[in-house]
Amino acid sequence: MLTILFDGVAYGMLLFVLGIGLCVTLGLMNFINLAHGAFAMAGGYLTIVLMNRYGISYYWGLPAAFVFSAALGAILERTLYVHLYNKSHLDQTLFSIGLVFMSMAIVDYFMGANQQTINLPPALDGRINVLGASVGIFRIFTIVICGLLTIALQFIIAKTRFGSRLRAAVDDGRVARGLGINVTTIFALTFAFGSGLAGLGGALSIGIISIDPTFPLKYMIYFLIVISVGGTTTITGPFYASLLLGVADVAGKYYVPEIGGFIIYTIMVAVLILRPQGLFTKGATR
Amino acid sequence: MRNRILSGLAAGAFALAAVPALAQEVVKVGLILPMTGQQASTGRQLEAGAKAFLAQRGNMVAGKRVEIVVKDDQGVADISKRLAQELVVNDKVAFLGGFGLTPIAMAVGPVATQAKVPAIIMTAATSAVVPQSPFFVRAGRTMPQMTFPIADWAAKNGIKSAVTLVSDYAPGIDAEKFFKQRFEEAGGKVLDSLRAPLASPEFSPFLQKAKDLKPDALFLFVPSGQGATLMKQVIDRDFAGSKIRVIATGDVTDDDLLNDMGDSVLGMITSHDYSADHNSPENKAFVEIFRKVNNNMRPNMMAVAAFDGMELIFRSLEATKGDTNGQKLVDAMRGLKWMSPRGPMEIDAQTREAIPPMYIRKVERKNGELYNVEFQDAGSIKDPTHTHTK
Repeated sequence: MLTILFDGVAYGMLLFVLGIGLCVTLGLMNFINLAHGAFAMAGGYLTIVLMNRYGISYYWGLPAAFVFSAALGAILERTLYVHLYNKSHLDQTLFSIGLVFMSMAIVDYFMGANQQTINLPPALDGRINVLGASVGIFRIFTIVICGLLTIALQFIIAKTRFGSRLRAAVDDGRVARGLGINVTTIFALTFAFGSGLAGLGGALSIGIISIDPTFPLKYMIYFLIVISVGGTTTITGPFYASLLLGVADVAGKYYVPEIGGFIIYTIMVAVLILRPQGLFTKGATR
Repeated sequence: MRNRILSGLAAGAFALAAVPALAQEVVKVGLILPMTGQQASTGRQLEAGAKAFLAQRGNMVAGKRVEIVVKDDQGVADISKRLAQELVVNDKVAFLGGFGLTPIAMAVGPVATQAKVPAIIMTAATSAVVPQSPFFVRAGRTMPQMTFPIADWAAKNGIKSAVTLVSDYAPGIDAEKFFKQRFEEAGGKVLDSLRAPLASPEFSPFLQKAKDLKPDALFLFVPSGQGATLMKQVIDRDFAGSKIRVIATGDVTDDDLLNDMGDSVLGMITSHDYSADHNSPENKAFVEIFRKVNNNMRPNMMAVAAFDGMELIFRSLEATKGDTNGQKLVDAMRGLKWMSPRGPMEIDAQTREAIPPMYIRKVERKNGELYNVEFQDAGSIKDPTHTHTK
C-alpha cells in the first residue's frame, strides 16, 4: 500500500510543480494566465528535442527546460502580458486562452500531433524496494526535486528581500513604487520564474507521461483544481492541495476504480462549497 | 497530309467532347477527420492514407475525377454532424468518410441515411456503428475482430488468468467484453476488469492494482495514438519481473508511436490487421508511396483503413460506371473482395462490415526500427455481433 502512497505523492508533486507557476502569477501578481500549460509544454518539448535529436542527457534537459521556458516567459511578458496587467480578468482569460490555442497549433506544426516520449537514463529507470514497497526510481526523483523546489520557493518569498519586495509590489503597487521598488522588473522576473517552473514541470512530467500538443488544455483542469483547492495566497496551500489530490486520485482509482476518476472533482466541489477561498488559505478572498 | 487533317479533326472532336465532361464529372468525397485536438494524429494518418491512394491510383475512375474535401471536426460529434450536413448540402459530396470516434459516426448516421450518401467508416471500431445507417460501410475493423485473436492466442499459450485494463469509452468496453467472453470460453479466467478514464494521464493506480492481482497476463486497450503514455507506465511498473505477460490489441503498439517507445516493448504480443512490416508486394508498394507523399511518415492502421476506404469508393464507382446514386454505390460495395496492403479484404455482403485478415504480432527490431512483426495468421473473422441482415 506504500506503493500507492508513493505513486500518489509523486503524482501530487508533479501537479504541484506544473501548477505552482500559475499560483505565482495568479496569487502574487493577480493575473489570470491560463496559458501556463503552454510554458510547461515548451519545457517538455525542448527536453524531447534535446534528448532525441541531439543526444543530450536528461539531467541537462531539466535545467535547459527551466531556462528556455523562463526566457520564453520573459519575452512574452515584456511584449504581450505587460499590456494586460491593468485589464479586467475577463480580458486576461480571453487573451491567455488564445495563447493556448496558438501554442498548440505551433507545436502541432513543428512537432506533429502524435504523443512523444523519451527513454529515461538508466539510473532513473527501474524500481527499488523502499520499506518493503516497490517504488519507481523516477517517482522518487520527482518527489525529491519537487520537495527541494518547494522549500526554496517558500524561503525566497518569505525570507528574502526580493520576496518582501514582491509581496509589497503585489499588495499595493503604487506605494511600492513610491518607496523606490522597481515593480516592473520584479513582475517580469517573477513571471519568468513562474514560467521556468512550468517548463521544469513539463520536463519532469515526460518522465511519467508522454506529451502531445493538447498538453496545455489537458492539464489546465488539473492546475486550476490545484489552485482552487489550495488557494493562491500561499505556496504551502497549493502544495498540500496537490499532495491531497494526487494521493486521493491514485488511491481512489486503486481501491474503487469504478468511481476513481471522479474523486478529484468531488474533492474540488466539496472544498469550493465549504471553503470557497481555498482549503489552506488563512484570510478571506480578495 | 490527309492523315494530319484527320488526326487534327479527331483531336478537335476529342477536345470538344472532353470539355463539358471535365467541367461536371467531378465526384467529391467528404472526409470528416479529427485534424486538431486529442485525436489529431489519427486524422493526420487518415488524410495521408487517402492521399497515398490517389498518388498510387490517380484520381480518375469511370471517366470521373475524384476530389477529396477534408473537414476538421476536432473529434467532437456535434461538429461532425454539422460538417456532414454542409458537405452534403453545399459541396454535394457523393461519399462521406473518416469518423475518428464511435460517437462521431453515430452522429453522422442520420445525415447519411436522409441524404442517401454512402459513408465509409474508417476508424470508429465499435460493432454498433454500422447498423445505425443503411448507408454505412466499414473499411476499418471492429473491436471483437481485434480482440478475439489475442484472447485465443493467450488461452493457447499457457495464460490461465488475466486482468483487463481499457479506456472507459464504448470501444474500450467492447474490447473488455469480447476479450473476457472469448478468453473464458477457452477456459481462462478474467480476475478483474479495470477501466481508466479516457482523458486520464495517470494509469499507475490501475496498473498497480493489476499487478497486485497477480494474473498470468494483463490485457490492454487504449485508442490509437494514446498508447505511448500507457506503455511508458506499464514498463515503469516492471510487469516482466513479476512474470505477468502484457498483451494488447495493436492500437497500443501503434506504428505511429512504436518506434519511440524504446526497447522495453520488445517482445510484446498484440493482435491486429495491419503492421507497416506486413510482408506482401501490396504493402511494400503502399508503404513506399505513403512515405513518398507524406514526408517519410510511417503508415499505421488508420492510414491503411483510409487507403482501403478509397479503394471501396473507386471500386463502387467502377461498378456503377460512374453513377453516384447512393443506394447503387452501397450495393456495389457489398461482397467486394480485393487485395489490401493488410492482406485479403472483404466487405460482408449482408452486414456491410469489413472482414479484414488478422495477425498475431510481436514487437521486434528490424533495420534499426521497432516493428510489429507478424508471426501467426489468425485468419479472417466476421464480426460476431451482427444479427441485422440488410
